[in-house]
Amino acid sequence: MTRKLLSGDEAVARGAWEAGCRVAAAYPGTPSTEILEAISTYKDIYSEWSTNEKVALEVALGASISGARALAAMKHVGLNVAADPFFSAAYIGALGGFVIVTADDPGLHSSQNEQDNRFYGLMARVPVLCPSNSQECRDYTMRAFAISEEFDLPVLIRLTTRVAHSSGIVEVGERTEVPLKPYEKKVTKNAILPAFAKVRHVDLEKRIDRVAALSLQDEFNRIEPGSVDLGIISDGVCYHYAREVYPDASFLKLGMVWPFPGETVRRFAATVKELLVVEEVDPFIELQVRALGLKVTGKDRLPRTNEMSQRALRLSMGLPAEKAEPETGVTARPPALCPGCPHTGIYFALQNQKAFIGGDIGCYTLGVMPPHSGMDTCVDMGASITVAHGTDKALGATDQRPHVAIIGDSTFFHSGVTGLINTVYNKSNVITIISDNRTTGMTGHQNHPGTGQTLMGSFGTIIKPEEIAKACGVKTVVVVDPYKVKETRKVVRELLAKKEPAVIVNRRACALHIRLHNPPFKVDPEKCDGCKTCIRLGCPALSFDNGKAHITATTCVGCGMCADVCPEGAISASPKSNVQSPKSSAGSPS
Amino acid sequence: MNILVCGVGGQGVLLFSDIISNLALRNGLDVKKSEVHGLAQRGGSVTSHIRFGPKVYSPLIEEGTADAVVAFERLEALRYVHFLCPSGRLFYDSHRIDPLPVSIGTAERVPDDQIEARLAARAPRRQMVPAFKTALELGNVRVQNTVMLGAVSSCLGFPDESIKQSLTELVKPAARELNLKAFAVGQAISACP
Ligand code: SF4
Ligand code: SF4
Repeated sequence: MTRKLLSGDEAVARGAWEAGCRVAAAYPGTPSTEILEAISTYKDIYSEWSTNEKVALEVALGASISGARALAAMKHVGLNVAADPFFSAAYIGALGGFVIVTADDPGLHSSQNEQDNRFYGLMARVPVLCPSNSQECRDYTMRAFAISEEFDLPVLIRLTTRVAHSSGIVEVGERTEVPLKPYEKKVTKNAILPAFAKVRHVDLEKRIDRVAALSLQDEFNRIEPGSVDLGIISDGVCYHYAREVYPDASFLKLGMVWPFPGETVRRFAATVKELLVVEEVDPFIELQVRALGLKVTGKDRLPRTNEMSQRALRLSMGLPAEKAEPETGVTARPPALCPGCPHTGIYFALQNQKAFIGGDIGCYTLGVMPPHSGMDTCVDMGASITVAHGTDKALGATDQRPHVAIIGDSTFFHSGVTGLINTVYNKSNVITIISDNRTTGMTGHQNHPGTGQTLMGSFGTIIKPEEIAKACGVKTVVVVDPYKVKETRKVVRELLAKKEPAVIVNRRACALHIRLHNPPFKVDPEKCDGCKTCIRLGCPALSFDNGKAHITATTCVGCGMCADVCPEGAISASPKSNVQSPKSSAGSPS
Repeated sequence: MNILVCGVGGQGVLLFSDIISNLALRNGLDVKKSEVHGLAQRGGSVTSHIRFGPKVYSPLIEEGTADAVVAFERLEALRYVHFLCPSGRLFYDSHRIDPLPVSIGTAERVPDDQIEARLAARAPRRQMVPAFKTALELGNVRVQNTVMLGAVSSCLGFPDESIKQSLTELVKPAARELNLKAFAVGQAISACP
């Protein structure tokens, strides 16, 4: 056995590799992204970035049906996208072990909600394992493959941010090759038409009952006896918080939270005077403990929102805690678009346009903040186009504003295309802006169909959003360079004024991805008249002091956008630089 | 031992904490490290919790119990100083990076002398480390984190050689020499407060 320091995500990848997994698919999403990144380093596993989570789950399902061990990974909201095949997969079951990992994000470190995906297991009738640290991430993943094959069921592993992104010591082993299970055509199992599915549903209940028996004896649900005064039931990382706050209590640590090990809970409850359930987000365990008719303290005292922590537990249970109030009046430091970010240019072009702007999920979501205030809505992946279509249909005839959607390239491939087809088919006047920075910026620069490069490193066809748009039947399709801010603004204003359907692709590589670092630009204080036009770009390298703009040399990456927008010509490349500020061929100052 | 590291996205907080957790692993201790990824890296506030010892449960440090807070930026020091235990040590870079609301003029800057005074009140054992300035002088702002590592190294309780080994293992070969130099300069700047 070797000891390694691994994050929960890396440990899941390690467990999959050791368990003989052959196919793994995912769409990147914090905090799940690193699972596939780590898997891609093991060459025995075919791995891919799928265009979205539904695709990823179906790819892994196909592999499992054909007899190979397979894994699909996604963040919590990704399972919503993949929910359709997820429910059906439970009916179909698994020939080769089939593991689905959902990484939930309590505390919304980087998400649009904090849903609790343990409920998905209950609803779809799929076993749910909740590892509490990196070692369990590796161990449970290996066990999940075995359980999946033994009981002919997919298995859901639920991580949370603190499990996925915390590192701990993991004892690891070597890979065991698991031969392909011989594929047999079985339409009554793998084709869930109504007549077959009826039978499969009955079968699913039987399979689940058998797993329920396992959850009672299994090593997953462990009683750790302590004082009889208090018994704590907990899962995931909450177990560790509770262990620190209540070192003397008795514990029932749940690793398999569904099927629910009711008998184990009864047995445990009989040994203690009081029961406390410590869990994050929803009362998943608590509801089931109550359903057994047991009296328990849970969400009546503990928070239902945000992450659990030692302190949150102490404060809500009225236990003494260190005096540690945070300092007040410390200016917030929200994330911002990077210096040189090409999204900056398009948001600048959209400023003061009196448009309705449907937004989407990615780095460019940061354009919702001042100085851009560049979107009215943000719902989920792909909703920019469809929501703008809805507002256009509802208000179009009476509304003077153009209805605009702004979506990134990876998001467009994920679920923008169907929305775009819908706008053409149903004749709306939405102007769709595809902010194409040649990568999946937000999650750390994963490739996608528009880059032509796969997770396993091969290079092939590049799929261009403007060609898709044309093929969808959009008549006006324009490609602009967002670094040429004035020109971009001119194009955007012209198209917005027409209020006709159009697609604008603004293309420039993500500044962080290509590590743009040209020599810094400079402000000539003689020429700067303090109009603050450049400040409106929202570039973190630009600030305003004593009535003049100022560029922080160590932050500026020399993209030249500020020079392009400055009406006084006060900003220029430093003399040492061989970079020219982008010249606008057709620009008019505002 | 609980160490909270904080700074601004892009300052090398994560590499810094990787090096320290690796050290703990090498030296036979249990270790857990927890950090924030994703959105927070886009110039936002970034933290990393590192805990090591004979047995570690939670990956999160509880407020008021950190043995050390290492801050790569002044305002971030103020934001997280409440994590320190009463006898804890604060290492902080006086370098200032204005949050976007300050540079676009929608929020006031907290004055430097006010930050100083408030830090002094909360952290009697503290050491200012001009890591950013030093890194700039060494020719690359990206070694700010290594200068800081040198500065805190004597408080970590690990042998020097072991720290250097962990450092060389985790930085790219091309950057090794500069990093070792930055580490040495950092060591010279500071002693344990
Ligand atoms: S990572 Fe790329 S796309 Fe995201 S904000 Fe930075 S420059 Fe823009
Ligand atoms: S050139 Fe201007 S816009 Fe570009 S990074 Fe530097 S200051 Fe920001």
